[in-house]
Amino acid sequence: MEFLSKIATNNGHGENSSYFDGWKAYDSDPYHPTNNSHGVIQMGLAENQLCFDLIQEWVENNPKASICTPEGSNGFKDIAIYQDYHGLPEFRNAVARFMEKVRGNKVKFNPDSIVMSGGATGAHETLAFCLADPGDAFLVPTPYYPGYDRDLRWRTGIQLLPVVCESSNDFKITREALEDAYGKAQEANIKVKGLILNNPSNPLGTVLDRNTLTDAVRFIDEKNIHLICDEIYSATVFNEPGFISVAEIAEEGVVCKNRDLIHIVYSLSKDLGFPGFRVGIIYSYNDAVVNCARKMSSFGLVSTQTQHLIASMLSDDIFVEKFIDESAKRLAKRHGLFTRGLAKVGIESLKGNAGLYCWMDLRRLLKEPTFEAEMELWHVIINEVKLNVSPGVSFHCSEPGWFRVCFANMDDETMRIAVSRIHKFVIQTTELDQAPTRKQYKRRKLEISLSFRRLDEFKMTPRMLSSPHSHMTSPLVRART
Amino acid sequence: MKLLSRKASCNSHGQDSSYFAGWQEYEKNPYDEVKNPQGIIQMGLAENQLSFDLLESWLAQNPDAAGFKRNGESIFRELALFQDYHGLPAFKNAMVEFMAEIRGNKVSFDSNNLVLTAGATSANETLMFCLANSGEAFLLPTPYYPGFDRDLKWRTEAEIVPIQCSSSNGFRITKSALEEAYQQAQNRNLKVKGVLVTNPSNPLGISLSRHELNLLLSFIAAKGIHLISDEIYSGTVFNSPGFVSIMEVLMNKKYVNSPVWNRVHIVYSLSKDLGLPGFRVGAIYSNDKKVVETATKMSSFGLISSQTQYLLSEMLSDKKFTKNYVSENRKRVKQRHAMLIRGLKNAGIPCLESNAGLFCWVDMSHLLSSKTFEAEMELWKKIVYQVGLNISPGSSCHCIEPGWFRMCFANMSEQTLNLAMQRIKSFVNSISESKMNISPNQQYSNKSSRRKSFSKWVFRLSFHDRETER
Repeated sequence: MEFLSKIATNNGHGENSSYFDGWKAYDSDPYHPTNNSHGVIQMGLAENQLCFDLIQEWVENNPKASICTPEGSNGFKDIAIYQDYHGLPEFRNAVARFMEKVRGNKVKFNPDSIVMSGGATGAHETLAFCLADPGDAFLVPTPYYPGYDRDLRWRTGIQLLPVVCESSNDFKITREALEDAYGKAQEANIKVKGLILNNPSNPLGTVLDRNTLTDAVRFIDEKNIHLICDEIYSATVFNEPGFISVAEIAEEGVVCKNRDLIHIVYSLSKDLGFPGFRVGIIYSYNDAVVNCARKMSSFGLVSTQTQHLIASMLSDDIFVEKFIDESAKRLAKRHGLFTRGLAKVGIESLKGNAGLYCWMDLRRLLKEPTFEAEMELWHVIINEVKLNVSPGVSFHCSEPGWFRVCFANMDDETMRIAVSRIHKFVIQTTELDQAPTRKQYKRRKLEISLSFRRLDEFKMTPRMLSSPHSHMTSPLVRART
Repeated sequence: MKLLSRKASCNSHGQDSSYFAGWQEYEKNPYDEVKNPQGIIQMGLAENQLSFDLLESWLAQNPDAAGFKRNGESIFRELALFQDYHGLPAFKNAMVEFMAEIRGNKVSFDSNNLVLTAGATSANETLMFCLANSGEAFLLPTPYYPGFDRDLKWRTEAEIVPIQCSSSNGFRITKSALEEAYQQAQNRNLKVKGVLVTNPSNPLGISLSRHELNLLLSFIAAKGIHLISDEIYSGTVFNSPGFVSIMEVLMNKKYVNSPVWNRVHIVYSLSKDLGLPGFRVGAIYSNDKKVVETATKMSSFGLISSQTQYLLSEMLSDKKFTKNYVSENRKRVKQRHAMLIRGLKNAGIPCLESNAGLFCWVDMSHLLSSKTFEAEMELWKKIVYQVGLNISPGSSCHCIEPGWFRMCFANMSEQTLNLAMQRIKSFVNSISESKMNISPNQQYSNKSSRRKSFSKWVFRLSFHDRETER
C-alpha cells in the first residue's frame, strides 16, 4: 500500500524548489544591526511592520479588547464557547465597515456575506473548492504570487493557466492576453471556471485602472466564468491613482450583469500587519457561494479571541481613520526612499503606488536575457550582496531580469544599509562590465548566441507553471519572533 | 455550464441531517431560565462548560498572558508577525506536556511530532488528505460523530465504511466486525487506507479497552493500513477503567520497531477538555516524519492564531494549574454524569454504562412505536417539539439499531439539567398513562393532535429547506 496519498507525495506544496536557497541563506545568516551586521537582509517577505507603534498604543489603551484581562474577563466564557461558523456579529460588522473605509466609503459590504477563513491562504483554497472541480482551471495574470500554486491547486486538483503580461506595456492585463489564455484552454479541452485578479498586484505594486478592471469584468461576464479578486493589499495604496475595488464595478451594475460571479478575498495580514492572527475573509455577491464557503470555513475559523480583538479595534473609527492615513504616508515615504536609492545607481523599477515591495528591473545586469542568468544573478545577490530578494521566475514572469524587493518589513536604518549594498554591487558590476578581457568578450558573444536559442526553446515549452520553479516566497516559512 | 463545483452543490457537508436540524430548531426557540422557560433545552451540543471558573481565575491571576505581554513587556509585534506553521515552540511544548499529563504521564510526546491545526475538524480533514486518495476508504466503528461525514469525506472525496457495532456487546469493536467492514469495502471496490476510532468514543462515552486497542493494532498490522485515534475527549474520562491511549499500547515492545509505529496518528483538541471550542485549537500527533512534514505544510490552510497560541502556552505551562484542572474537571464531569443517570433512571430510561465524555448514550428503544428508524424519527420529533429537548438521534450517528439517543449534560447549569430530567420524566409518564387510559374519544383527539403536530413539523421542515437553499 502506498503509505501516503498522492497529494501528500507530490510537489504541489511548492516548497521543494531551489528558490528556498534565499530563505535558507537568510535563516543561516540573518542580518542583525549589532550581532550580525554582515548577515543577509530579508527582503523576500512581504510584511508590513511600519505601524506597529500605533497598534500597540491602541492595545494598551483598550484592555477590554483582550477578553482575558481583568477588565474584559466577563466576556471570556461566551467568547471561548462561541464556535458558530457565522462568526461574531460584531466581528463581521467591524470588518465590513473597515473594508468600506479602505475603499473610501464608495461601496457597501453586507456583514452577512462575510465568511471567515484561515488567512487569505484558506480563503483561496475554499473558493477553489466551491467554484471548480478537479481538472478545471483558473486563469491568472503573470507575474503572480507564488503561493497561488499551492493555495489554489494543491489539494483541490485545479489548474492555473497564465494570462501573460509583458513589460512592454508595464505588465498591464490586456483583453488580447485574456482571450489568448482562454482560447488556449479551449484548444486543450480544459474547462476554465474563473479568473483570478490580484489588485493591488503582488509582485507589481500597481493597481488596476478602471478600464482594465471593467474590461476584466466584462470578459468574465461574457464567458460566464467567476472572478476572484484578491484585494489583500487594498489599504497599502499610498499614491495616486487611487484604489478601485471590483466592488465598485459590481455595485454600479452596468458592466456586470451577473454579480453572482464576483468574489473578493481579503485578509488583515498585509494592511494591518497581522499575519500571525490568521484573519482571512471571503466576500461574495453569490449567496450560494457564501453558504458553501461558510460551511467550509469550519476547517479554518478565526479564533474568537482574535475575532473579539479585531472587532474592538476596527470599530474604533477614529483609530481606523488615523491608521489608514498614517500607514499610507509611511509606506509612501519608505517606497520613495527605496526607489530613489535604486535610481541613484540607475536601477529602475516598475512605477508602483501600492504594496509592500517594488518590482525591480535588473535586466541590464543579466549576463544574457535568460532565466539561467537570472538565477545566477539571484545567487550573487543572496550570497555576495547579502540580500534575500525574490526572482521573477518564481512569480512565473515571462521575462527574465525582474525581482521583487520588499521594503516594509524593516526599520529605516536597515533599509539604508540594503540600499548601500545594492549601490556597491551595481557599481562593482558596472566596473567589471566596462573592462572585459578578450577571452571574456569571446565567451560572452558565444554565450549570447547560445542564450538566444535557449530563450526561444524556453518560449516554446509549455508554461512553467508545473516546473519545479514554483516557489512559495510567502508567509509560512520560518519567521523570527 | 454549472456555476458551482460538485462539492458546493452536493450534500456531503452533511448539514441536512437531523443532527443539525435539531440545532436549528433549538436556535429558533432556545431555553432561557428567565426569558424563555418553555424553550428547547440544548442537549445536542457536546460542550464542556463545567470548569470555566478555573480558567477565569487563572486569567485574573495572569494578566500578561492575554495582554500580549511577557514579563511586563509587550510582545504584540512578535505575536502579530508570527505565522510560522511549525507553531510557537513554547505552545507545542506545553501541549505535549498537557497531553502526557492527561495520560497519567504513562506516555510522553515529542513536540516535533505535533502539528497544530484550526480545531480537530481541520486535523481530521488534513490527515485524510495526507493518507487517502480520492475514492479511498477509512473504516469507522458505528455509531460515530456525525461531523465525520463532513470532515473526512467532503472535500477529500474519501469514503467511510462502517464497522458495525451493536448493543449486544455494549457496542464494543470486535475482530469479526473489523473483518466484515474490510470485506464490505472490498465488495464496494474501495481500497481501505485505514481505521479511525474516537477514544473515548463519541457518542458512546466509553473509553476503548486494552483488548480493543490491541485488536486494532493487530488488524492494521495485518492489513498494512493506518490507524487514526481521535482522543479529543481524553481529559473527560472520570471513572475506571481509566483512559488508555493508543500510544500507550503502541509502546508495547512488539510494536516499537515495527511499521505499525509509523502508521498510528492521534488527533487532539482543546475544545472539549478545556471547553475552548471558539479558540480553534487542534493538533495531529504522529511518529511518522513524512506525515508530520506534510500535515505541517497543509496546516497553512488553518493555523492557530498566534494570539491564542501564546495565551494557552502560558496557561498550559503552569503545571500547578493543569494538574489541578485535569483532576477537578474530571470530578465535575463525573458528578454531572451521575446526575443525568439518576434522572434517566427515575424515568425508567436505561443508558450505556459509560466512564467518559460529555454525554450519555441513552436507550429509548422501549418508547418506540416500532423497532424502526421511522419510529425513532417520530420519537425524536416528539422529544424536540413536545418535550423541548434537543437530543441527537442514533441514526444521525449511523447507529444500526433504532432507539438510541445521545444526550449531553455538560453544557448547561445544574438547574437546567434538573428541568430536563423533569421534562423527560413527565413525557415518559404521559406515554405510559396514554397507553393505559386510551378511550375511543381520546384516541381520536390524540390522532388529530398527532396529525396537527405532524403537519406543523412538515411545515417547519419545508420552511427550513427553503432557508438552507437561500
